[in-house]
Amino acid sequence: MSRHVFGLAVLLAVLPARAAEKEPVRVGFLTVNSGALAAGGRQMGEGLTLYLKEHGNKLAGRSIEVVTLDTAGQPATTRTRTQEAVERYKVHVIIGPLAAFEALAINDYVKQVKVPVISPSAAAEDLTQRSPNPWFVRAVGSSAQPNQPFGEYAAKTLKYKRIATIGDDFAFGHETTAGFQRAFEDSGGKVVQKQWAPLNVADYGSYVAGIKPDVDAIYASFAGANGLRFLRQYAEYGLKVPVLGNMTTVDEGILKNMGDEALGVVSCGWYSAAIDTPANRKFVEAFRAAHSADPGYYSAGAYTAAMFLDLALQKVHGKVEDKDAFMKALRSLDVQDSFRGPMRIDERGNPVLTVYIRKVERKDGRLQNTVVQTYPGVSQFWKYDPKTFLAQPVYSRDNPKASNLEP
Amino acid sequence: MRFWVIQSLNGLALGGLLFLLSSGFSLIFGLMRVANLSHGAYFMLGAYVGLSVLNAGYGFWTAVVAGALTIAILGGVIERVLLRRLAGRTFSQVLVTLGIAFIIADSSLLVWSGDPMPLPVPRGLMGAVPVFGVFFPKYRLAVVGISIVTAVALWALLERTRLGAMIRAGVDDMEMARALGIPVPRLFTAVFCLGAALAGMGGVLGGPILSVYPGLDMDMLPLALIVLILGGPGSLPGAFAGSFFIGFLYTFGQALFPQLAYVILFLPMVAALVLRPKGLFGARAA
Repeated sequence: MSRHVFGLAVLLAVLPARAAEKEPVRVGFLTVNSGALAAGGRQMGEGLTLYLKEHGNKLAGRSIEVVTLDTAGQPATTRTRTQEAVERYKVHVIIGPLAAFEALAINDYVKQVKVPVISPSAAAEDLTQRSPNPWFVRAVGSSAQPNQPFGEYAAKTLKYKRIATIGDDFAFGHETTAGFQRAFEDSGGKVVQKQWAPLNVADYGSYVAGIKPDVDAIYASFAGANGLRFLRQYAEYGLKVPVLGNMTTVDEGILKNMGDEALGVVSCGWYSAAIDTPANRKFVEAFRAAHSADPGYYSAGAYTAAMFLDLALQKVHGKVEDKDAFMKALRSLDVQDSFRGPMRIDERGNPVLTVYIRKVERKDGRLQNTVVQTYPGVSQFWKYDPKTFLAQPVYSRDNPKASNLEP
Repeated sequence: MRFWVIQSLNGLALGGLLFLLSSGFSLIFGLMRVANLSHGAYFMLGAYVGLSVLNAGYGFWTAVVAGALTIAILGGVIERVLLRRLAGRTFSQVLVTLGIAFIIADSSLLVWSGDPMPLPVPRGLMGAVPVFGVFFPKYRLAVVGISIVTAVALWALLERTRLGAMIRAGVDDMEMARALGIPVPRLFTAVFCLGAALAGMGGVLGGPILSVYPGLDMDMLPLALIVLILGGPGSLPGAFAGSFFIGFLYTFGQALFPQLAYVILFLPMVAALVLRPKGLFGARAA
């Protein structure tokens, strides 16, 4: 009898421990399934699913349970959904949300409940600069991060002297253009014209017609469907001025629906589906097989976010419940051989990464962003001293000031 | 000089598109007193239908007709099945059209995915032609032409046919028209189909310029509302003048005062509502 009791006691002592070990890691995936941002949301889902599928839905020995929540691209809904993820589904970690304004909307709540967030997309500078969040890690570059080396490239390699810019009139457009302008002018170039188009503008005709015809190039910073619409209308007017773009202007997610109007556009980004390394070829092949499309900003971002989750989980041997240790592991990631090249998380939660300068070419009947130059080890501060960088106000519509504008 | 010519042509092209969008909107409002908030969704759905027809290998003009017909039928069904049951309850009708707009938007997302897709410019209309010394896209000129032809055809329909006379009678005084034995319910369906067809056609014709993407519906709807308020509900000349006025205002506003583009767009609407609620040509307040 005593033996039985002893056995039972052992069993009881072991059972909960076992059960805890087998409990899956719950991931709250904040995405957008409806409205204008739905295409990006779908692509994020495709990237995340692919990574989990490749790993048999098990990371660091624990199975992964993804709770998908639709934020509809609304900051208020994002806030409610995040609360739902944390309080109702008790998620251990959040991957998402898609848009910067959504990330800003949950920033305070995340700090308050201390839930780790891996951002697969939101690029707003200050999330990892002037108001960093210890519970936040970015899997993508900050808005201006690829655009700062690109500004130097435009001045020094392409030898452009005078450039006109046009971009979406919201934070992402402002920050990307500002980073480009600053580095371009610091390298001796001049931004002589700046145009901002409202996000939901019906027609770019009047902007295209307003571009100074004698500039060396035009820098275009568009997100979502706007890059496609702009380039098309640009071509319609028969302008011959070369086009430079930020990453999302010619993102793989919309490049597949573009035509000859995109050929020759030079852009910058932290990724291109055409990166010619074994790791990336393997990723792109797997992605094409699963979704018959090239991965772009959102899919590569979400795939990276899943990879970060995986690597950090491995570091803490799957013990995601120890939030502080997990977060420390996440914030000190140093990946050498990723499909995007080496990546290291800096002390503010933003990756130091390789920036790719890409050029749209047609290969095997499809458009791709051929890599023409790489800048390894680019931080969000580029060549600037972080202290002086952070002492200045965040990049915006009018900061840095454009002092070379021509009437 | 170059600037003024190009921007004027741009204003004309946008005005042409706006006319296709808002003439139907205005007719429906003028006759039925329903602000059809699904009108932007009809425009978008027309473009999507046109895209599918094009992808199936048919020509551009076939796509235009297919877009117009599909949306006309859809509009007819919605009017018969839903709006008719709510006859006289304007507020409910408006809410129903808003609901339909959301349903169309989400269904389109399901069918055509969220990827933005451009419609190709028809073969003969690619490239630019010199107009007053500047190069202007041929296709945009064609859109202006088509909208003018449409306007003339609509005018002939309203002013020169029996159906048109009945519609005008309905717009002017519904009760009297009813008393005179005009079959008002059938008239409603006909006008709703016609308005929907115009929106669907506008969507396909706008496709090569605007592309089609989720959100196009809600980008277009406010423009139709502004035109309606400026031009006066139910007035064809009003819709025509309002469309081109807004086309110019929008274009020049963006080019000259980019920071104030939307202010410039909405100010005249506010002014019209306060100072001249009938709009430029309307017979009745909006």
